[in-house]
Amino acid sequence: MQSNAALEYDYTVAKLFTYTTILFGFVGMLIGTLIASQLAFPELNYLFGEYGTFSRLRPLHTNIVIFGFTISGVFATFYYFGQRVLKVSMAESKFVMFIGKLHFALYVLLAVGMVISLFLGMSSSKEYAQMEWPLDILTVVVWVLWGVAMFGLIGMRREKALYISLWYYIACFLGVAMLYLFNNMEIPTYFATEGLGSIMHSVSMYSGTNDALVQWWWGHNAVAFVFTVPIVGMIYYFLPKESGQAIYSYKLSLLSFWGLMFVYLWAGSHHLLWSTVPDWMQTMGSVFSIVLILPSWGSAINMLLTMKGEWNQLTDNPLIKFMVLASTFYMLSTLEGPIQAIKSVNAIAHFTDWIPGHVHDGVLGWVSFMIMAGLFHMAPRMFKREIYSKKLMEAQFWLQTTAVVLYFTSMWIAGITQGMMWRAVDEYGNLMYSFIDTVTVLHPYYAIRALAGVLFLTGFVMFAYNMIKTMISSRELTEEPQFKSPMA
Amino acid sequence: MDYRALQGYGSFFMSLFLVVMLYGYIVYLYRSEKKGERDFEKYGNIALDDEITSTPVEDKSASERLEEEDK
Ligand code: HEM
Repeated sequence: MQSNAALEYDYTVAKLFTYTTILFGFVGMLIGTLIASQLAFPELNYLFGEYGTFSRLRPLHTNIVIFGFTISGVFATFYYFGQRVLKVSMAESKFVMFIGKLHFALYVLLAVGMVISLFLGMSSSKEYAQMEWPLDILTVVVWVLWGVAMFGLIGMRREKALYISLWYYIACFLGVAMLYLFNNMEIPTYFATEGLGSIMHSVSMYSGTNDALVQWWWGHNAVAFVFTVPIVGMIYYFLPKESGQAIYSYKLSLLSFWGLMFVYLWAGSHHLLWSTVPDWMQTMGSVFSIVLILPSWGSAINMLLTMKGEWNQLTDNPLIKFMVLASTFYMLSTLEGPIQAIKSVNAIAHFTDWIPGHVHDGVLGWVSFMIMAGLFHMAPRMFKREIYSKKLMEAQFWLQTTAVVLYFTSMWIAGITQGMMWRAVDEYGNLMYSFIDTVTVLHPYYAIRALAGVLFLTGFVMFAYNMIKTMISSRELTEEPQFKSPMA
Repeated sequence: MDYRALQGYGSFFMSLFLVVMLYGYIVYLYRSEKKGERDFEKYGNIALDDEITSTPVEDKSASERLEEEDK
């Protein structure tokens, strides 16, 4: 096949997923900010009747930010750099192009179904797997279409070796596929009760401890294969490309990849410490969680070393700032997680606010920062215009960094206070505090977290505005920038 | 020995096996580069030089493509 002169990468599908990333990011974080405020000011629970209560909104928040925002970001970046690292254009195959568009259409259908059904309170009640079975089936279809598009492109490639970022995306594809299927084995209650139950409401096929184990095998690997693996893939592409520096050590990246794959799958039982699962399994969960520091830091340090000798870029280019901070937050949360997985620490941390604190230094500082940086990098290349405003980007960076710090520090203090108060006993062995005592003490920290939410959301609106302006009215570029993204 | 203990031992030996594999991989990576059989670092350039017109770091060679088209 001779490539004709006018052949270009085709970003149609990447653009579509970029729009949904922005949309779901906004909605998901808006709901996040609302539920954070509800925890501080309970009256806010009664704004929209049953649809506005914390319990209804919390799964909406988690599902929208995970399956809406993050997964859209993964798809958008895949359809962007997937072509580039394989050196093949979507335009070269009508089939792959069609699959990509179908993938997007069904994904939107799924997202709408998810939002409506969760608002209506339809839920199979397993965390991060709340969607009912018809939507689960649609999820499988959407996922398979992604696989077809991915392997379709890989089949057509000019570049023989698969770049490391693609390894991570393939792992994301396979890992989620396997775990999602296992965890969502469920039966509509109608069939389990000889007609008494409902067609639309299902229960898990596993029961008791087994159900919990499968649930957290999935639950933790949702963290692994959605919040970690593809995001590492993103930074391995976007940081080198934006800075013009090849990965510090490609061998280390391969090694960290396999290390991560070996270890991550066995860490899920750290969600079930001190529960009814066998002791050896709990210990295994703890041990594997601690070993996990190695491959995680392997990638993060590799990224920081990629900037070796080029640290001046940190001051010139806010995009580099986003990415360097992201890998720093990745290091923080992959150190914090293992600490929480130590059994004695877990005895204090479990069920407290330290856990959402840990979650959000990862998802805000690492996942969101990396996705936004990726989309910023893609924008001038996809829309052939420079980024609308560097100043706005700088302001967004500082605002959101402040927000993340406020979020996790307040939750650290809240969580540890809570954990200590719950277990405090007087000289006779009676509990010293009742639950409401902790709630009263924690109020200021909840208020700080709500403020953090407002700041982070404001930053996200700045991001969205900057992106939209870039798409429609920024200065046009005559040629594609090679490394540093041009910005006004 | 009940099946739980078996699961425990199974998990232990599987981990051991995987650790050996992983260390084997490290040795393989560095040794093959030292012997000059492979160069892994060049793959880093796939991200930097990724125009559709750029020459692939490792061409999925013309002959290979032809072979596939013949099939
Ligand atoms: C404006 C930003 C955000 C705010 C204010 C916020 C707030 C919250 C709140 C209040 C909770 C419930 C905590 C609890 O039940 O005690 C929560 C849970 C959660 N959020 Fe967010 N969130 C934000 C952004 C995000 C983003 C961007 C992601 C992912 C990409 C995310 C992922 C999660 C997850 C996974 C949980 C469940 C944590 C757990 O079960 O321990 N959040 N969030």
